[in-house]
Amino acid sequence: MTNKTEVLIIGGGVVGTFIARELSRYKLDITLIEKGTDVCVGTSKSNTALIHAGFNADSNKLKGKLNVRGNELFRTKVQKELEVPIEWIGALVVAQDEAGIPQLEEILENGKRNKVPDLEIVKGERLFELEPNLNKNSVAALYAPTAGIVNPFELTVALANNAVKNGAEVILEAEVTDIEDKGDYKLVKTSKGNIEAKLVINAAGVYADKIAQMVGIKDFKITPRRGEYYLYDKILDIKVNHTIFQLPNKVSKGIVVTPTDEDNLLIGPSAEEIEDKDDLSNTREGLDQVIAGAKKTIPDLTTRGVIKEFAGLRAAIKETGDFLIEASDKVKGFINVAGIQSPGLASSPAIAEMVVGIVKEELPGLEEKDDFDPYEQEIPKFRHMSHKQRMKLIEKDSNYGEIICRCESITKGEILDAIRQPVGARTVNAIKRRVRPGAGRCQGGFCGPKVVEILSEELGIPKTEVKLEKDNSKILVEKTKESLQKEVTDNE
Amino acid sequence: MNKQSYDLVVVGGGPAGLAAAQEAYDQGVRDILIMERDFELGGILQQCIHNGFGLHFFGEELTGPEYAQRFMEKVAERGIDIKLDTMVLEVTPDKKVYAVNSKEGMLEIDAKAVVMAMGCRERTREAIGIPGSRVAGVFSAGTAQRYINMEGYMPGKKVVILGSGDIGLIMARRMHLEGAEVEAVLELLPFSGGLTRNIVQCLDDFDIPLRLSQTVTRIHGKERLEGVSVAKVDKNLKPIPGSEYYIECDTLLLSVGLIPENELSVAAGIELASVTGGPIVNECRETNINGIFACGNVLHVHDLVDYVTEESKLAGKAAALYLQDKIVKRDKEINIIAGDNIGYIVPHKITEKIEERKRVDLYMRGKRPMENAQILVMDGDKKLFAKKERFVKPAEMISIPLPEKMIEQLEGSTVEVKIVEGGE
Ligand SMILES: Cc1cc2nc3c(=O)[nH]c(=O)nc-3n(C[C@H](O)[C@H](O)[C@H](O)COP(=O)(O)OP(=O)(O)OC[C@H]3O[C@@H](n4cnc5c(N)ncnc54)[C@H](O)[C@@H]3O)c2cc1C
Ligand SMILES: Cc1cc2nc3c(=O)[nH]c(=O)nc-3n(C[C@H](O)[C@H](O)[C@H](O)COP(=O)(O)OP(=O)(O)OC[C@H]3O[C@@H](n4cnc5c(N)ncnc54)[C@H](O)[C@@H]3O)c2cc1C
Repeated sequence: MTNKTEVLIIGGGVVGTFIARELSRYKLDITLIEKGTDVCVGTSKSNTALIHAGFNADSNKLKGKLNVRGNELFRTKVQKELEVPIEWIGALVVAQDEAGIPQLEEILENGKRNKVPDLEIVKGERLFELEPNLNKNSVAALYAPTAGIVNPFELTVALANNAVKNGAEVILEAEVTDIEDKGDYKLVKTSKGNIEAKLVINAAGVYADKIAQMVGIKDFKITPRRGEYYLYDKILDIKVNHTIFQLPNKVSKGIVVTPTDEDNLLIGPSAEEIEDKDDLSNTREGLDQVIAGAKKTIPDLTTRGVIKEFAGLRAAIKETGDFLIEASDKVKGFINVAGIQSPGLASSPAIAEMVVGIVKEELPGLEEKDDFDPYEQEIPKFRHMSHKQRMKLIEKDSNYGEIICRCESITKGEILDAIRQPVGARTVNAIKRRVRPGAGRCQGGFCGPKVVEILSEELGIPKTEVKLEKDNSKILVEKTKESLQKEVTDNE
Repeated sequence: MNKQSYDLVVVGGGPAGLAAAQEAYDQGVRDILIMERDFELGGILQQCIHNGFGLHFFGEELTGPEYAQRFMEKVAERGIDIKLDTMVLEVTPDKKVYAVNSKEGMLEIDAKAVVMAMGCRERTREAIGIPGSRVAGVFSAGTAQRYINMEGYMPGKKVVILGSGDIGLIMARRMHLEGAEVEAVLELLPFSGGLTRNIVQCLDDFDIPLRLSQTVTRIHGKERLEGVSVAKVDKNLKPIPGSEYYIECDTLLLSVGLIPENELSVAAGIELASVTGGPIVNECRETNINGIFACGNVLHVHDLVDYVTEESKLAGKAAALYLQDKIVKRDKEINIIAGDNIGYIVPHKITEKIEERKRVDLYMRGKRPMENAQILVMDGDKKLFAKKERFVKPAEMISIPLPEKMIEQLEGSTVEVKIVEGGE
């Protein structure tokens, strides 16, 4: 069966879903396809989650311009329309000797050129008032109050849900395997059938070069650069108030120490170029680099209190070190949104805005819908509520009175919401990204079996079909005695 | 808010909570509530379907559910109130207990005394930081036990177990009996963390190899586990380069330690001891907050449920005396000190005078395996008495009775216990 669509977006990361959502403002047929079992399974799920202020970005590069614009859009639009955790905690770039101060001043000037507001250099007592646990040898820091943090999972999922609410279609578990250019349309072959599309937008993250090659575009290559992280328990007795960078030096860009939107401490990322576009594994070396780097900033940190290690792949175009966002001049109807490395998340609203502009040129006469609904509500968060609010919630639906995840106090009601939303969770990890069961200190040891049970009931599949994430990541292999029974029948 | 009040609230309906509630009742308290987040009482015992429970306390070998059943019946006979499927969210220092369930909604319970009996949780792969990919097929041993024994599902067919604590050993046998291939049990330390009887009955009897001083250095696979890299470790427990080898498997079970579950305690203002991860308590198992007691695995990790029961009865009795205003402080507090070769001792101090008490039992663990050892109990520099132990194993808790008379005659304000090897 062949489906037809006007715009086909390949890739359900923050970039693809943001584009889908922005395009869903218009009278357009939009399809987003993603090979994973969920949206937000690529780089968008493993990064530092910072909305960079924009002081670092080179204003001569696309990423510099889009970062600052993205930050502004997060403030003025995104956080008003989508109920997603965003906190403007501010960032510090710390110098540990006097020699570093001129370097801080340079960054400050660059930031001013980029029109980043309210930058200042702080020293002495003021610095330690801002950040009491900072290494005592810190002498000064660039302070950027407009830097923020965001929950990238909730953001991406909210964008996908909002796009669907406004008429876009999201197809999961459909891998693009080939694209044929048929002149006025593209025939996109996927593992779930073919799709004819007038316009194809390539937002496939680390795979963007492979997708481009399918239509004969061979002039860029994505080199994955792995970054590893440690995440700490909320109850860790070491806290930081800001996102803290070290001054970059020749050897290292430095390890970031930051709180997350849920107030876990996050440290990382390391940087290592690798070949394999799927290798998200952690390495001893990478993790050691992370802890050593973080100790420079907060000497008291050890691996005590760590509840999770993870890794992400930066989708870098090494040659330019920049984003590549353009309608191909070789292949009509094909738009590349590639090389979206950091600050891709911070820039994502501006990337979408820019792509909408390109689409308007490609498809002239685009009209806005009258009934576009920009708002998306979050799933209730029992854990952040007052006792009174909780009471009301449970009166509405008693499923919010049943705690499934004891570490994070996540209720059955929240898990059901995660499964029942437009782009609903189909796997254990998809539920965790949306509503956090298993994201705490026991990492699903207690709630895992319960989440498996709820998924199996809601999706109407046997427990042995419930997956952790990808297709072959089933959690249980068979019922007990199943193979024994088989042997008995075989012998009969 | 649904407001209620009770004289005694017990948080957690495992063996610890049940024994504490029963004992408090038998000492005269009538207004008791047990709060349990699971759908049934019994705690972790409900998934321990093997036998070996109750040898000390009942003098017979029971399975976990059978042991739990005995206490569930005692609690039922006494008509003690129970709330199941009820999660305690917060205990305040002035003993308000906030909880939630789907029938009654939010609960605020005013308690005059509280027993904390929340048990413990397992350390995870993430907490010990094994590098590699984050695939399906890596389970903590207790989770796998739940899947098999409670839910009737196999988490895998070709298994490596890291950690030779009791749960790891029990699960090696369980998986084997269920038809899985258990490739090996690996242990980082040069000795096992499990009971000797479990090594014999769970591994030796089934020819499952126990490989000491080895650990998993990397987890392989893209979606489901495909194998693990294993290496020998040196004296500092660091992997020895070049000693690595690969084991193909679809399942890795981790039995790498238990952590008392004390988030509620910390929020209530209860001080914890760093070695045990549990509250600092006196001989009544009372915490630094008057009227809040702790017992069972939330206090320190026990290997035998019989000891949990004994300890919890102490807490239950003390809660009753507290409610009846019968607790009398000693003039002098006695601090219990873990000396040479001792990991920790519970209780941490002796502070009360209790009528008719004959002795205070000190529970402790040795730091390392020792042979022909002597346990010395000291009053300052003065030796009070010595007890010979043929074998000391960190896995096996030692209990030393301190007679009340001796406590009364102490010269100093500390009792130190230490272990020395060989005779004097
Ligand atoms: C270590 C690290 C730290 C970072 N920190 C930050 C930060 O703090 N702030 C910031 O702004 N940015 C940060 N970034 C960058 C940011 O995470 C990325 O720019 C952003 O997530 C890119 O989103 P994306 O949608 O382009 O890619 P992805 O999220 O990777 O999405 C691409 C999607 O395409 C799908 N796909 C691929 N091939 C196919 C196919 N053939 N068929 C169908 N679907 C396909 C993939 O499954 C994937 O879901 C960081 C990145 C890394 C790696
Ligand atoms: C795999 C395994 C094998 C064992 N084998 C043996 C053996 O062979 N022989 C032996 O003697 N002993 C054995 N033990 C030890 C013994 O079972 C435990 O020491 C004992 O169960 C601990 O009792 P507990 O009540 O402290 O904790 P648990 O049994 O863990 O009970 C704690 C209870 O508190 C509840 N709870 C926790 N938090 C909350 C909250 N916030 N609100 C409400 N309720 C809460 C929990 O749901 C749980 O029911 C084994 C233990 C394990 C795990």
